[in-house]
Amino acid sequence: MFSSAVGVLFDGFAYGMLLFLLSVGLSVTLGMMNFVNLAHCTFAAVGGYCTVSLVNRLDWPFLAALPAAFLAGAVLAVLLERMLFRRLYRASDLDQCLVTIGVAFMSIAAFAWFYSTEPQSARPPAYLIGSFELLGRSFGVYRVFLAAAGLLITGLLVYALERTRFGARVRAAVDNQRMARGLGIDVDRTFLFTFALGGGLAGLGGALAIEVIGLESTLPLSVVLVYVLIVVAVGGLGSIRGSFVAAIVLGITDTAGKYYFPWLGAFLIYLVMVALLMWRPLGLFGKR
Amino acid sequence: MANANTRWLEVIFWLGTLLPFVLAPNYLSLASQIAITALFALSLDLILGYAGIVSLGHAAFFGVGAYVAGLIAKHWWTEPLSGLLLAGLLAGIAGYALSHIVVRFRHLALIMLTMGFGLLLHEAANSASALTGGADGLQGFKVPGVLGFNFDMFGRTAYAYALAVLFLSFLVCRRVIHSPFGLALRGIRENATRMPAIGAPSLAHLRKAYTIAAVMAGLAGAALTHTTSTVSLETLSFGRSADVLVILILGGAGRLYGGLIGAILYMVARDQFSGVNPQYWYFWIGLLLVAVVMFLPNGVLGGLSALYKKRQ
Repeated sequence: MFSSAVGVLFDGFAYGMLLFLLSVGLSVTLGMMNFVNLAHCTFAAVGGYCTVSLVNRLDWPFLAALPAAFLAGAVLAVLLERMLFRRLYRASDLDQCLVTIGVAFMSIAAFAWFYSTEPQSARPPAYLIGSFELLGRSFGVYRVFLAAAGLLITGLLVYALERTRFGARVRAAVDNQRMARGLGIDVDRTFLFTFALGGGLAGLGGALAIEVIGLESTLPLSVVLVYVLIVVAVGGLGSIRGSFVAAIVLGITDTAGKYYFPWLGAFLIYLVMVALLMWRPLGLFGKR
Repeated sequence: MANANTRWLEVIFWLGTLLPFVLAPNYLSLASQIAITALFALSLDLILGYAGIVSLGHAAFFGVGAYVAGLIAKHWWTEPLSGLLLAGLLAGIAGYALSHIVVRFRHLALIMLTMGFGLLLHEAANSASALTGGADGLQGFKVPGVLGFNFDMFGRTAYAYALAVLFLSFLVCRRVIHSPFGLALRGIRENATRMPAIGAPSLAHLRKAYTIAAVMAGLAGAALTHTTSTVSLETLSFGRSADVLVILILGGAGRLYGGLIGAILYMVARDQFSGVNPQYWYFWIGLLLVAVVMFLPNGVLGGLSALYKKRQ
């Protein structure tokens, strides 16, 4: 049992990095505008399908398709924000939920229309497939790639938010929106950029996730959305550190649960989530 | 609300529910599905429309009712009325237990918790396949009939049974809404902190409303079990919770007939459209949902009543 622990920890970590990419955008936008966006996984699905098209139909290399997936998610995020979501910032939670569920429904049907309901795949290049031995244990190359890519992006994100002017604006808007407006920060514009960034990261996550959790037209309202919401709710709104910790814990718990207690299914995850939310409704690192 | 002007409309509506027996005898099984869904939507209306509790996991109580009724019919007896009452009772107990947790939360935590409890129950029923049949659902029982009438293949008895359960629950719900308690619920929806100041205990009232809604959802689930003689895992699914929310919003939340009208529109439309291309049904539902929230904030009924007021 313990000999497998390292493998489970590592796979769980890689999975957690993926969940972090998928959910960090939602966490920041929720913290900033209190906008409950249940259509967040639509961005992931768009990134995934974009990669599938580019790799399978146009023969792009897998790694070149990843920035395109980011762009696809970001563009869709901007379009939706400009056309629809910005009218809803003052609406009730329920209205926000309903409209974004509606968008997710529409996207599911659209994906089914263009790509059929069959699961899609985009094979990564040969150098990302297989596994290698290290200290007598075997590691999947793709998982290592996933973990490395996740850590790299997290690093960039933390740098952008902690060290740049844009990051300072975002933090100010999350902490106190009215005060930020009073200081002359264009919160709406900052929010649009943040929304695009979050959508792009989700699109990238969706592209990277094809090999791990697959890609189906129902992705926008699948269990992935539940996991993303768990990461956001448990980590605390607007907290990148919280999302990171929550995503890693969730990834490891889920992988370990599937490995050691397969008969429990996702029961354990939901139980932990409900317990955590009852203990700290604002999340582990939530401030408000 | 219940003035002479609208009372004759109500009478006409309920007389209209008898029309399927004469006009559409081939669609009676659809009609009983509609009646059951309407009851489920009505129960959500009580907590969402009147008390303001957003729930994305209301199917939990529907599923509890369905499984309790199914287990009773499979292992003990097949008389439906006692099974119906027991299912309502157990769903109510589950609702009462959960209400202590649910009413304390707001915003995202509330949405996540209701969804979390729904998913938890779904997974539990999926895992405990020895008891519930797991993903295959609970099968192998047959409810012969109710009060001496057999469930026939045309669904006459089934529709009569579902309609009777809906009508009686509706009367109770109507009474609750028009009572001082119902008024207090609407007050809590508008401002939960101000109500205790005029002597209405917010949390206790919300718990009561949540429990009543759970009983009604349980009755709806049990009625589905009795009329179809099977329980599927889908009764507990997130999809069912989302569907009933859509139905209620479409019809108009916070109105007694909102869930009923929504159920009729939604189920009839789904029956018509899914024959053409089932995959794309959700596109139109999504579009409708966005349109209703953006342009018709109080649903179809709200739009109609606004139109009516304008003309006067």
